Formats: sequence, structure tokens, C-alpha cells
Amino acid sequence: MIQNMMLRIALAQISTKLGDVPANLEKHLAYIRRARKAGARLVVFPELSLTGYALQDLASTVACRPVEDDPVFRPLLKASLVIDIAVGFVEEDVRNRFYISSAYLSRGEVVHVHRKVYLPTYGMFDEGRFFALGDRVQAFDTSFGRIGMLICEDFWHASPPYLLWLDGADLFLFMSSSPGRGLRTHPELDSARWVERVNRGYANLFTSFVVHTNKVGFEDGLNFWGGAMVFDPNGRQIAKGPNHEEALILAELDLNQLHRTRARLPLLRDERTALTQRELQRILAESSHTTNLR
Amino acid sequence: MVNVPSLLEINTDLARKILTSFLREEITRTGMARGVVGLSGGVDSALACFLAVEALGPANVLAVRMPYKQSSPDSLRHAEQVIQATGVKSLTIDITPMVEPLFSQIPSIDARRKGNVMARERMIILYDQSAEFGALVIGTGNKTEIMLGYTTLYGDSACALNPLGDLYKTQVRQLSRAMGVPEAIVAKAPTADLWSGQTDEGELGFTYEDVDRLLYLLVDERYSPEECVQAGFKKAFVERVVEIVRRNQFKRVLPPIAKLSHRTVGYDFLYLRDWGT
Repeated sequence: MIQNMMLRIALAQISTKLGDVPANLEKHLAYIRRARKAGARLVVFPELSLTGYALQDLASTVACRPVEDDPVFRPLLKASLVIDIAVGFVEEDVRNRFYISSAYLSRGEVVHVHRKVYLPTYGMFDEGRFFALGDRVQAFDTSFGRIGMLICEDFWHASPPYLLWLDGADLFLFMSSSPGRGLRTHPELDSARWVERVNRGYANLFTSFVVHTNKVGFEDGLNFWGGAMVFDPNGRQIAKGPNHEEALILAELDLNQLHRTRARLPLLRDERTALTQRELQRILAESSHTTNLR
Repeated sequence: MVNVPSLLEINTDLARKILTSFLREEITRTGMARGVVGLSGGVDSALACFLAVEALGPANVLAVRMPYKQSSPDSLRHAEQVIQATGVKSLTIDITPMVEPLFSQIPSIDARRKGNVMARERMIILYDQSAEFGALVIGTGNKTEIMLGYTTLYGDSACALNPLGDLYKTQVRQLSRAMGVPEAIVAKAPTADLWSGQTDEGELGFTYEDVDRLLYLLVDERYSPEECVQAGFKKAFVERVVEIVRRNQFKRVLPPIAKLSHRTVGYDFLYLRDWGT
């Protein structure tokens, strides 16, 4: 149960230098200071915020480990003594596999690391060529309540947010590097409209807060559209960053909204997890329906 | 029939914002601040010039006119209108004394080969001016011409970066009108201006409006040729365009390198151009 009712968070939609971790780290520390000065208790960066997105063969050379004596994480952990930080990076594990990861830092410690579980490898995307799949979806406790963290393609599959919801997450942090595409007559690109629709949907279905950050700037011809957004448990948009521009966006989350919304709409109370489990087991056993058993 | 014209409509404010940001960011991250555009008098280079000026400022854009003795006077005049409207720095270099000595040595040279020589001569001038001006060469090729290969390899297709390559010709016209490119330039028949009366559409044998609609379905919407015929396009037209697109793939890729080692450029040495910036 969340106790402390008003939570001010900061969404850092930054551009990055491709593969230049020291330069990106410096920008992180500057945005963290700004967020702290603005009274935020949490600052959320986009996917791969320390490295840039389309890394290709740079992936292995920019990797680090989220530990205290890592030169990249040391200053971030120090900064996390006064403000919680969610940051994106390339993680190298002890067996030298590389992941697209996000770390949640608080009070000088690494509270949680999420490794991207869905790596888009189709169309313009080639993540599966360079990165290993994460294999865990877990919520974690913070001083504001229980949080679930996902990375871009993860939330294009309904199961990771659903699992986090069942695992107790009331606040979803979605971190993206979403390339802009689909220019039509609307004032936003198709990709921006899709993400907004999906985020609002999760806020509605899970009666939870959904926070989305996205990188800005260009990598060769790819544009990243920013447009950070926050939805409350009623699916109302309570913050929206500008498109295509760097910005630090502040949002006030009234955590008591969880109480009010769930009193009106007890979707979580009524969720039939045992039914889900039974049916999922049946479906997976009948392999004619599902061929992909990863 | 599928209402493709409405699918080709774009939000010009958004296109303008993305393309000017693209030019500014991708030029300045190389450590430069300037651009060079070859102005033909046509709509593509006019739009590229307008975008470059909005991105970099008129003092940081050099527009170069490169007429040949048979170029239409309209081309020079229209290019002048763009220079006046945008306030860019400008330069005119006549290519006749450069290309004629070559033509005179090769009696068999035909109009097409002459056109390619002229396009490549202009490329030489633009790249040389980019060194003089401390700038990058801004491309002017649109998606229609890239798909059809209606361009000279290492000639007008040569550039450091291209803001127009994902806009079909009809979309180039929409954005040009929104940005205030003079209407005479937007409305006139597109031409490579290699001989009097030449037009793109006369040479290609179809209109941009028709081929843009077809390319949109084939490329963007992934229609099969059969589905395009079902959507109302003539079978012969669809087959011809599909074949043109396939045959010109070589103009859209770097020359293949014969692989011998474990790590070869183009196959498994993979970095964006923005590497480290």
C-alpha cells in the first residue's frame, strides 16, 4: 500500500552521442541535478540512454556492469543518494552476454535491473543480432511503492505488463528509443500515436500509473520523437513532453488516485489469475495453437 | 479503387520540423555548420534549399547554379527566384567549357551519356565548393526517383545527406507549397533539362501522380503486383514499374565487396555513420 501521496517525477527525454558513454554520462548527471533542483524524487531516462540506440558493432564496446566499482555506475549511484534514477545501458553479464538493460538506482544502491525480454528483429530493427534476451519480468519495491520497468518492445507484448501488474506494480516505467515513422496528415507520426494509445490502454486496463520516456534526436536518418508521457490510473494523460526536442518534463503523481480508481473499478480485485494459469497451461500443452514455446 | 492520393497526403508542418532538424543535427554533429545545394530550377532542389536555409540560416547555405549552353532559360530564372526568396549565398558556374571538350573527343556520345557526364560534372563542382565553403553537399533526390533509379549514379544522386529521399514527388510538391517555394517552380513539368522540351514524364511514359500511387502501394503498403492490379492499376504498368524498381537496386546500395576475411565492410563491420557523434 502506497503511503506517501504526492510524487513528483522527472522524465528526461535526451538525445545521445552514439557510443560515447562518457559524454552521455555527463549529460545524465546534468539532468539529474536539474531534476533534483526541481524537487523530483525520481528521474527516468530512455532506453539505452547511456549509449545511444543503433549501436550495431558498438554494442560490445560500450557495455558495462551495474556495480559499485564500475566507472559509469559509480557517479550515478552517488547521485542516487538524493534522487532515484532509472537509466538505460548495455549490460555485459559474467558470461559475456550483452543485454539491453535498465537499472533502477536508489540510495546509492542498484535496486533492480531489467533486461529487455523482447528484442525486435524485423523491418528496421536488428536487436536480436547483437543482444541476448532477458528472461525475467519482475516488479520491485521502492520508497514510493512497487514499480515495474520495461523497455520499448517489451510493452508491445501484453504479457510483460500483465505479469508486472500481478507481481504488484502500481507504477509502470516504460523506457524507449522509438524511431519515428509513418508520416501522414496527423500532427504526430504514426509511431508516436501508437505508443500513446498503448500506454493509455495499460493505464486503463491495469488501473495504474504509466510513465513513458523516449529518446530524441537523430541517428543517421532515424529520428527519435521524444514525447514523454504519464497516464494516471483512470487513463488520463497528466504530463506530455514536446515532440522531437530535448526536455526535462515534471509530473505530479497523486498516488491516492490508485485508491479512488480501484474503489470505482476493481479490475485488479477481480482478475482471475488461476483461470489464466489453467488456460495457459492447456493452451501450451496443445501445441497446435502455440508453436512458439520460448 | 484504393484512395491512394489521400494516403500520400502528409502533415507538412511535421515534415518540415523533422527535415530541418535532420539537416541541422546531422550537419552540425560532423563539426560543420554549412550546406551546399545544386539549384537546377526544379522543385526538388528548390525545396532542399528552402529546408537548408530554415535549418542553417541563409548565410550558411551556398546555392550553386550550373547551366549548360542548352539549358532552358527558365531553369536559370527559376533558380534565381529561389536564391532571391531564401537569401542564400549563390554562385553560377557554366559547365559548357568543361564538358564540351570531352564531347568533342567522342563523336558517338549520345544525349543520355551527355546527360550523365553533365550530372557528374555538377557533382564535381558541388563537392569542390563544399570544400571551399566548409560545407556538406545536401542531396535533392526524392523517393520516386530513387525507386525508379531515374538519376545518375555518382552524379545528381551523390550527396552527404538527403532530406527528400523518403518523400514521393507528389509529397515534395505538397511540402514545397507549404514552405513557400514559388508556384511557377512547383507547377511546372519536371525535367532533367538535357534538351529542349524534355520532360521526366514524357521520358518515363507515365505521370508522377500515377507512379507515386502505385509505388506507395508496392513499397509502403507491401502490396503484391497482383493486388495492385486488383486495386485498379493496369497490369502492364504495374509489371513495368516493378521491373524498373528491381533493375535499379544497384543504384540504391554501395558496390558489393568480395568477401575474403572474417570481417568485411558491408557485411559484418557494422556502424552507423554517426558512430561516436
